[in-house]
Amino acid sequence: MSAPEAAPKPGAAPTFDCRVAFAEELISLARADARIVAVCNDSIGSSNLGAFQKEFPDRLVNVGIAEQNMVGVGAGLANAGMIPFVCAAGPFLSGRATEQIKADCAYSQYPVVLCAMSPGLAYGELGPTHHSIEDFAWMRAIPDLTVMAPADPDETRGAVRWAAGAGRPIYMRIPRFKIPAVTTGGFTPGRIATLTEGSDVTIAAIGTMVSRALEAAKRLGEAGISARVLNVSTLKPLDEETILKAARETGAIVTAEEAVSGGGLGGAVAELVAQHHPVPMRILGVPAFAPTGDTQFLLDHFGLNAAGIEAAARALLKIRGDA
Amino acid sequence: MTSPILGGAEVALRPCRPTYERTSDAAQLAEIAIAVRLKIIRTIHAAQLGHVGGDLSVTDILTALYFHVLDIDPANPTSPKRDRFVLSKGHCAAAFYSVLSLRGFFEPEAVDSFMKPLSPLNGHPNRRKIPGVEANTGPLGHGLPIAVGMATGARIAGETWRTFVVLGDGELQEGSNWEAAMAAAHRGLGNLTAIVDRNRFQQGAGTEATNQLEPLADKFRAFGWDVHDVDGHDVSALADLLGRTGSDRPRAVIARTFKGRGVSFMEDKVDWHHKVPSAEQVEIALKELAR
Ligand SMILES: Cc1ncc(C[n+]2csc(CCOP(=O)(O)OP(=O)(O)O)c2C)c(N)n1
Repeated sequence: MSAPEAAPKPGAAPTFDCRVAFAEELISLARADARIVAVCNDSIGSSNLGAFQKEFPDRLVNVGIAEQNMVGVGAGLANAGMIPFVCAAGPFLSGRATEQIKADCAYSQYPVVLCAMSPGLAYGELGPTHHSIEDFAWMRAIPDLTVMAPADPDETRGAVRWAAGAGRPIYMRIPRFKIPAVTTGGFTPGRIATLTEGSDVTIAAIGTMVSRALEAAKRLGEAGISARVLNVSTLKPLDEETILKAARETGAIVTAEEAVSGGGLGGAVAELVAQHHPVPMRILGVPAFAPTGDTQFLLDHFGLNAAGIEAAARALLKIRGDA
Repeated sequence: MTSPILGGAEVALRPCRPTYERTSDAAQLAEIAIAVRLKIIRTIHAAQLGHVGGDLSVTDILTALYFHVLDIDPANPTSPKRDRFVLSKGHCAAAFYSVLSLRGFFEPEAVDSFMKPLSPLNGHPNRRKIPGVEANTGPLGHGLPIAVGMATGARIAGETWRTFVVLGDGELQEGSNWEAAMAAAHRGLGNLTAIVDRNRFQQGAGTEATNQLEPLADKFRAFGWDVHDVDGHDVSALADLLGRTGSDRPRAVIARTFKGRGVSFMEDKVDWHHKVPSAEQVEIALKELAR
C-alpha cells in the first residue's frame, strides 16, 4: 500500500513519508555502530527496512507476526549490548505489547527504541483496529519511557540519531501520512520548539498536526489574531517551562493531536496548566472509533485540520471575551 | 469522495434474497466459489485496496462453510442457536463480505462501497455494522481465543450449535493461538473447528523463511487436537469434512491452499498479499476465473 497524501494543491509545498528519512538515518547509524539492530514483525516492507536488511542481513531480526515476542526479544538484545530499533505498525506495537514495553523495556531500563510505524489515522480505511490513536495515552502512562513524535523528515532523522545514543527506553512515532517540512532546528530532546511567536492564543501541536497548526496560525494572523505555534516533539517528559510560559503569555491553549482526545498531548498540557497556571483550553483529537474512510477524510471528519484548529482558537478567544 | 451506492451517508445493511442457497451439490459449490472470486477481484479493484492473495486462498473454505456447513439464517443473523463463525485473518474481508452478500446477509451491490468513506464495510470485519460478523478482527491472533469462548459457552448452556474459525498460517506465529489451543484441548471442545488457511505465505515472505511453523500438524496433535490435512481448494471435500460432527476433541483442519488461487499471475506469489491489480490485470483475472 502506498502512503496516503492530501490531494496535492497547485503550488503546495512538497510532502514527505517520514519512513524514508527513518530508514536512511538508521542505515547510516548502523554503518558506524555495529550494535544497531532492527527487530520487526513481518513488517520489513511497511517499516521500510528492505535496504537495512540488504546491507545488514544478520542484524535484522524478523520474529514473524508476534509483537509480544518482538518487544521481549528487543529487551534481550539490549541486555546483550545491542541497540535495538523495534519496528511495527503503531497499533500492534503499542497495544499488543504494552506490558512488554512496561516491564521488559521501561522498568528494566533497557535502551530499546520502539518505533511505531504508520501511527495515528495513517491506515485510514483499514479501520479502528489499525488506527494507532490510543498510543499516546497508553505510552505516556508508563514511567521512565520517553515518548516522541517528530513532525517532519528532518526531525525524524534527529530523533532517530538521538534515540540511538540515549541509552534509555523510547517510544517514537514514525509518520507515514505525507507531511510538509516544518522544522528548521533539527530535533532537541525534551524541548518544545516555538515555531511562531504569538500573544493571543497558543496552538500546541504534535507530529502530523504541526503543519496544520501552522496553517491555522496563518489564517488567524490574516484576521489579526496572533497565534503562537508550539511543536511538541517530545510528549514525555514534557517541556513544562515552555508550556507554562505560553499559558502565561497567551492565556489560552489549543492542543492538536492525531490521537484520542484524552490522555495524550491535550491531557498532558491540561494536567500541567490546571495545577500551575489554569487557562481555557480546547483539546482536539479523535473522540470516537472512526467511520470508514481514508486518512485525509478522517482528519477532516474529526476537524483535525487548519479550519478545525482555527475554529477552536476563535472559540477560546470568545469565552475569554476578546473576540 | 462519497460512496457511489451509499450517497455519502452511513446506512444500515439489510438482509436480501440470497444469490445462492445452501447446497450439497459439488458442481453448484464450485460455481459459487467462482462467483465469489469474481466478486473479490472487482471489489478490490474498485477500492484500490485490499488483500487479494489471502482472499483468493480462503475462498473455497468460506464457500464450503457458508453454502453447505453453517447452520445460519441471513434473515435472522443473531438467532441464538446459530452456528458461530469467526474470520480471524480479518484482512481478508473482501472474501468474507463477498460470501456474506451472496448468501443474503446484505445486498451484493453494497460490497461495491468497500473501504469508501462512510461505508459500513471497512477494511476489516466490523460486528457493529455488518450482519453476520461475530467479532471485530484484523489484529492477528484474536480469533481462536474468541472461538474457544464461544464453544465453551455452548457447552455451558448445553447447546449443540458449533463454532468455526479460520486462521491464517502466518497468524499462528502469535502466541495467543497456542494459549487458546491448549485451552480448547483441555476443555475437550469437540464442538470447535479451526481451519488453517495454509498458503505458506505471510505479508513479506514465506512462513517457513520467516518463523517456521512446520511440523504444523504435529504441533496441533501434541496440543491434543484431532488433525486433518486436506486440499483447501476442493470445496465439496471441505464441505463434507466440515459438515461431520462427533469428536470429543477440538478439530484442526490444515487446508493446503495457494495465495492468489485461480489467477495465473497472482498464484503462489507473495507480492500479491496486498497489491491491487490494474484494469488490464483485472480483465485477465476475470477471464481466467470464469473459465
Ligand atoms: C497483530 C498484527 N500484526 C501485524 C499485522 C499486519 N498484517 C496484516 S496481514 C499480515 C500477514 C498475515 O499472514 P497470514 O496469516 O498467513 O494471512 P494470509 O497469508 O492468508 O493473508 C500481517 C503481518 C496485523 N494485522 N496484526
